[in-house]
Amino acid sequence: MKKHAIIPFVTKRLLIFLLIGLLLSGCRGDSGGASQTPAVSLQNKGSDTMVNLALAWAERYQAEHPEASISVTGGGSGTGLSALLNGTVDIANASRAIKAEELEQAGAAGFTPGEYVVARDAIAVIVNPENPIQELTLAQISAIYRCEINNWRQLGGDDRPIVRLSRETNSGTHVYFLEEVIRLGDKDNTDIFCAETLLMPSSEGIIAEVADNPNAIGYDGLGYVTADVKMLAIGTTPTGPYILPSVANVNAGSYPIARDLYMYTRTTTPTGLLQAYLDWIFSAEAQAIVAELGFVPVEAAP
Amino acid sequence: MPGGRTRRSEFAITFFIKVAGYSSILLVTAIFIFLMKEGLPALGDVDLKTLFGSRWYPIEGYFGIWPLITGSLLVTVGAALVAIPLGVGTAVYISEVAPGWIKEILKPLIEILAGLPSVVLGFLGITVAVPQLRLLLNLPTGLTAFTGAVMLGLISIPTIVSIGEDALNTVPQSYRQAALALGATRWQTIWGVTVPAARSGILTAIMLGIGRALGETMAVMMVTGNAPVLPDKWNALFLPVRTMTATIASEMGEVATGSAHYHVLFFIGIVLFLLSLVVNIFASFVSSKQRKRAERVLS
Repeated sequence: MKKHAIIPFVTKRLLIFLLIGLLLSGCRGDSGGASQTPAVSLQNKGSDTMVNLALAWAERYQAEHPEASISVTGGGSGTGLSALLNGTVDIANASRAIKAEELEQAGAAGFTPGEYVVARDAIAVIVNPENPIQELTLAQISAIYRCEINNWRQLGGDDRPIVRLSRETNSGTHVYFLEEVIRLGDKDNTDIFCAETLLMPSSEGIIAEVADNPNAIGYDGLGYVTADVKMLAIGTTPTGPYILPSVANVNAGSYPIARDLYMYTRTTTPTGLLQAYLDWIFSAEAQAIVAELGFVPVEAAP
Repeated sequence: MPGGRTRRSEFAITFFIKVAGYSSILLVTAIFIFLMKEGLPALGDVDLKTLFGSRWYPIEGYFGIWPLITGSLLVTVGAALVAIPLGVGTAVYISEVAPGWIKEILKPLIEILAGLPSVVLGFLGITVAVPQLRLLLNLPTGLTAFTGAVMLGLISIPTIVSIGEDALNTVPQSYRQAALALGATRWQTIWGVTVPAARSGILTAIMLGIGRALGETMAVMMVTGNAPVLPDKWNALFLPVRTMTATIASEMGEVATGSAHYHVLFFIGIVLFLLSLVVNIFASFVSSKQRKRAERVLS
């Protein structure tokens, strides 16, 4: 008898929960359009590199401010900016600065975009601590990953074969490394990683292999690098200067494999939730999330 | 009335069993149609020369699946070389040689090994096998096809052992007694009578083990290095490779639906499907042929 009484009760409660969940999710989906209810909801779209960061920010902010609703989607920096120009989003995430033609389009649409550097992305090149190499130029790293240099001896190190490690091709870090290091930032360059490059499914995989194997070279977001591996100082010319990746060097702009991550808005004088959210992003709490996700926090609010 | 009820429930049960039976046929057909629908457009998106080229770098339009096919074959053949002698040997030992109490310990242990999630084995591989193999064999890196083959061998051994052992158990006791009565040693009995009599079952066990190895993803992705290199030298087994399964698993999550890359990934799925089909057809062909021969010899 008792059992019979309990089961319907449990199911009923479950049903109510489900219904409430459905209703809530329905509500959230409805409050879509950016311009309709600017006070409580924000649309945020853009860079795939930044999508996890933007999601983590939105989640934490909504947990603390239940009245706010922030929806985040990826798609790429260009997609985000064009959505901003069309007026379908409130904030565009971009891993590059806005282009001149995009600024012109904004002018034609009758607004000046607000620009915020919300975090920085730096890639550290790492080797095993046993490896005597301390510094490399971008051109040397490019030659290593194109299999033009195949032994550490050619760079003044030990007589060891070079084992190249990379993230998988679907990682934003992979694409950034391809464009800025392998191709040295040259848009017309079509060089790619040589086939011998090991594509590791995770950051941990790269760190573990580099920490264990004195032949290995790898790269990863600065925030993911642990003390088990050695970071190389990077130079843009053979005569230096060679700069070690560090939060200070990245924020000073002297470390060469680093970029700013931006958020763009449709106004330079944000109000309401938009203002509150942007202010919060520059808080110590939000910038701590930046560090957790392997990016470099920006220094105090502008 | 009771007769009617029985007939009715009989009908319901038969109907249910029929539906269950047909549903598996339906499912396989549906999966096949879906694979074809998503994979065949790859032939239109990418020309054949690129598709069977030697370079896989999908984000820049290099869709050569040849290194992935050879990578999968290399790892699977390596796994078979590890798993067949060890698996069949263990099955023979458990069924024919081991005293009762060892049998009682070994059998459940093998079952546990069969239930071990492959990601756990992959983790063991990355922390233990990869560093040790690099030092032991003096390789540039321990992330190689060989490491993957050893891991896959370990994954397929339990399948081979438990099915192979069942096959050996079905050989009538009278065969062994006859062989021993004729003065054959225990080894001669095993090699000349018991194993040939159970040949078709052992072969099925091996093929299922190989099928398991061909389709395994997680452990392979963690230990083979995933470099899409076309094997061209004798030492390819000791160099990194990228398998078809690892490629699908690591790239499917981020690919844009309907793009050329998406269709090519499904095309790789078709190739995998066909390969395991070939393994299965080969297995049933050989086992039916062997059965006829075994029946002729032993009847």
